[in-house]
Amino acid sequence: MSRMIAVAAAGICRRYGRRWALTDVSFEVPEGALVMVTGRNGSGKSTLLRVLATAIRADRGTVRILDLDVRADRDSVRRKVALLGHRTHLYEPLTALENLAVRARFLGADPARGALLPRLEQVGLADRADDLVQAFSAGMRQRLALASVLQQQARVVLLDEPYGHLDPPGFLLVDGLLQRLRRKGATVLMATHLVTRGRNLCDRGLVLEAGRLTYAGATAQMPEPAGADGAGFAEGA
Amino acid sequence: MKDLLAALRKDLLLQWRGRAQVIAIFAFGAAALLLFSFAIGPDSAALREHAAGFLWLGLLLASTLALAESFEREMEEQALEGLLLLPASTRGLYYGKAIANWAHLALLGIALVPVMVVLYDAATLRLVSLLGVILLGTAGLSAPGTLYAAMTSQTRARQTLLPLLLFPLVVPVLLAAVKATSLLILGDPMGQLRPWTTLLAAFAVIHWSIGGLLFGRVVED
Repeated sequence: MSRMIAVAAAGICRRYGRRWALTDVSFEVPEGALVMVTGRNGSGKSTLLRVLATAIRADRGTVRILDLDVRADRDSVRRKVALLGHRTHLYEPLTALENLAVRARFLGADPARGALLPRLEQVGLADRADDLVQAFSAGMRQRLALASVLQQQARVVLLDEPYGHLDPPGFLLVDGLLQRLRRKGATVLMATHLVTRGRNLCDRGLVLEAGRLTYAGATAQMPEPAGADGAGFAEGA
Repeated sequence: MKDLLAALRKDLLLQWRGRAQVIAIFAFGAAALLLFSFAIGPDSAALREHAAGFLWLGLLLASTLALAESFEREMEEQALEGLLLLPASTRGLYYGKAIANWAHLALLGIALVPVMVVLYDAATLRLVSLLGVILLGTAGLSAPGTLYAAMTSQTRARQTLLPLLLFPLVVPVLLAAVKATSLLILGDPMGQLRPWTTLLAAFAVIHWSIGGLLFGRVVED
């Protein structure tokens, strides 16, 4: 039995001013797939994820998430999609716990300390629950942002450089979270430069070059991003 | 309503965490009142006559700082975008922030009244009416101020753009608030206070309604 299509993009284009960040990008992702999106800096990875998350609109083309049109059914799509972006979506003057509580109230979830502490334990921040985010390192902010993404329990999870700023244990944490999302049946699209790691974890890959999709298929046959030559795409832990 | 309460709670907490900034904004308003009093000179009758105008000018100038500050925290790590993607209702987010800003500006206005009394010798015994005028006037400032602060927070020249856009829009509110406050300080033999406060209330209703309708267009791509 074929799986439902979780993400279907057809001819999407997006420009910033006069420069096209995405040009005629089309692909499909089946539900439950773990997809790596790679390409050089400025190739359009973040823009693609932001279009899928409905943070920005495509200038042309259509995107359907779990059979919902991102333009016509934007709020319904947002209930099913979570985005970890370059910016963490956190309030710096609030504590880690207060940040999760703010989001819990909007999500209609329990904002009590007891309900939120396990989320922080998941990302190794339970002992810093009452510290202000403005005192956090970049890696700790990334961990908290991951916790807030998981809080949504979304069916489609979009991760833009989830390994960014993390230490080696943090890399293993993200690996574990990806496996957990896979077991839960979530569809994950992850933009990363860590090609070898992505190949090991993901079953599909998308390669972008200057805003154009140059490869969409199994990670086993996926080419190196142009200009990578291995060295620039180091793997960390 | 759930989103409005969640947004209000979040914004009040953010204001509490930034209370040092609130004190600095009050000091700015008080300094403005002090400088305006120098411009009038020692003529106590003239000081009393202009007290209401300078109170509201000081409050207006200080309000641009408070309104801009309220979106500073939303933009640092694009936290507002994070809430929009949950998805949170744009009206709930707007009214939550506008109410929090209203509370901030009303407290600022109330705190500036004793400064005005001391510097301008402009006391009034009708304190409840004065409180009502301050509440209505600051409601008329906070609703469009929150909308324009959201609009300008995404631009580089936000410090310049916010007063440039906001001041012309709130001139009617300012005129009505100054007139009503002036009647409370100097006396109201013709019973003109009610029409001016009714006008203030009407402006507040219009601004709060339009703000809720337009906020989504301002903050969404």
